[in-house]
Amino acid sequence: MTMNILLAGFGGQGILFAGKQLAKTAMYSDMQVSWLPSYGPEMRGGAANCSVIISDEEIGSPLVVTPDLLIAMNIPSYDKFEPCVVDGGMVIYDSTLIPTPALREGVSHYAIPASGIAEENGLNGMANVIILGYLLKITKLFEYDKFLDFMVQSIPATKAALIEKNKKALELGYNYEG
Amino acid sequence: MSKKVLMKGNEAIAEAAIKSGCLHFFGYPITPQTEISEYMAKRMPKVGGLCLQAESEISAINMIMGAAAAGSRCLTSSSSPGISLKSEGISYIVACDLPCVIVNVQRGGPGLGGIQPSQQDYYQATKANGHGDEHVIVLAPASVQEMAQLTSEAFDLADIYRMPAMILADGALGQMMEPVDFELATKREVPEKTWAANGTGGKRKKNIINSLYMNPQDLEDSVIARYKRYDEVSEKEVKYEEYKCDDADIVIVSYGITSRICKTAITAARAKGIKVGLFRPITLWPYPKKPLNKLADSAKQFLVVELNMGQMVDDVKVATDCKRPVSFFGRTGGVIPTPAEVLAEIEKIAGGLN
Repeated sequence: MTMNILLAGFGGQGILFAGKQLAKTAMYSDMQVSWLPSYGPEMRGGAANCSVIISDEEIGSPLVVTPDLLIAMNIPSYDKFEPCVVDGGMVIYDSTLIPTPALREGVSHYAIPASGIAEENGLNGMANVIILGYLLKITKLFEYDKFLDFMVQSIPATKAALIEKNKKALELGYNYEG
Repeated sequence: MSKKVLMKGNEAIAEAAIKSGCLHFFGYPITPQTEISEYMAKRMPKVGGLCLQAESEISAINMIMGAAAAGSRCLTSSSSPGISLKSEGISYIVACDLPCVIVNVQRGGPGLGGIQPSQQDYYQATKANGHGDEHVIVLAPASVQEMAQLTSEAFDLADIYRMPAMILADGALGQMMEPVDFELATKREVPEKTWAANGTGGKRKKNIINSLYMNPQDLEDSVIARYKRYDEVSEKEVKYEEYKCDDADIVIVSYGITSRICKTAITAARAKGIKVGLFRPITLWPYPKKPLNKLADSAKQFLVVELNMGQMVDDVKVATDCKRPVSFFGRTGGVIPTPAEVLAEIEKIAGGLN
């Protein structure tokens, strides 16, 4: 099994963090994993994306060109990468920020108003974690509790106040009924 | 719980250097390798070492010459344009027979170029890091795990042969994260640095470290002596990986990040019934000539794949005595080919062979 995941959005939305959480959980689950960010000036405010490959075999090219799963968190990323998703692949997108996407046939689309949910619940900036919760429910890629444990572990002690918020965000995403 | 940690390639180099007893880091920031400096700035003070951001790359490499002359394990890192600035210093270090490790996390060139991954410094690294008859050991990692392991190896090789060793990586390997287990690194016996200029303590004659010879015969003798050591390195320290070469009609020769793109393409080509394998040089200098030459007896064609305009092609032709055709596919300037592009090239060659 090899899962090619592409996460894309604006710098600041926590795209790289979300990808890192997937990569870490995969590593602790004894799977092969690679995480490759786009880097350079685009990281300071412009587009940001990262490729995450999870596999039970040695990983070749770390660059995801045709994702099995796309996480899109803004319109430019959706428009750029949705056409690249493999036939039979999945797209999860933030429908607050991408209200009227073009839906390609042969691809499963899952909409969640993650930014809206974040704002309603005082969780600004955590739409990424809400999407991760939703992703866990849809893909069953990892067990919820396992994923939560590793996510909590990666929050530094100096930011302990964020633990509860992250937990809440993950739960909101997981329990979202689309 | 596994001992693995998820790390960027750049961070893995820095941590492996510290674990190898590196106590001096001198560098100057440049994308895409700045995480090495950043990591060293945080960690070096905690292990009793020194991380210093020099005023330029030229300054950093000369600080390396000083630290190496005093017998310290030391590291400098940069990316392509910065390595060019270091070339004078590298030549001096070679001339003084000093061990050190130099990291080049390559970006697109020439000139200031771009910041995306490339392998455009192959010629520079393997043929002429500086002026004069000189070589440095060049190691080309293809994963974050190898970034760590080859860094440890580089320190040992540098000390054993009293010459600089270079890690030739690229922006993708530097920026990507993969699991790494530092306990997999091997340690070798290294000789005591009796030549170091680190104070006589009033107990021995002073050591002199110098690269200036006014008598050409003395200079020739020193170069010939150094080349004898190069022969020993070439004999003993070649490293490479063969992947599905046993029955391969087409052998791709590729290193670093590009070799992984090729592996993905090879899996796809094999699924279509094309017998293709990969020969991956891990040491780019010394070049693995003998095993590649042997493959030329069974393979029908070689395909070199690099992130440049074909800088390794000549080395493959020389290694194989031109027994088989050698073709090339590559992208350059920071553009990374997709596995599909490599697959198309394999199919084109396979079509010609049939």
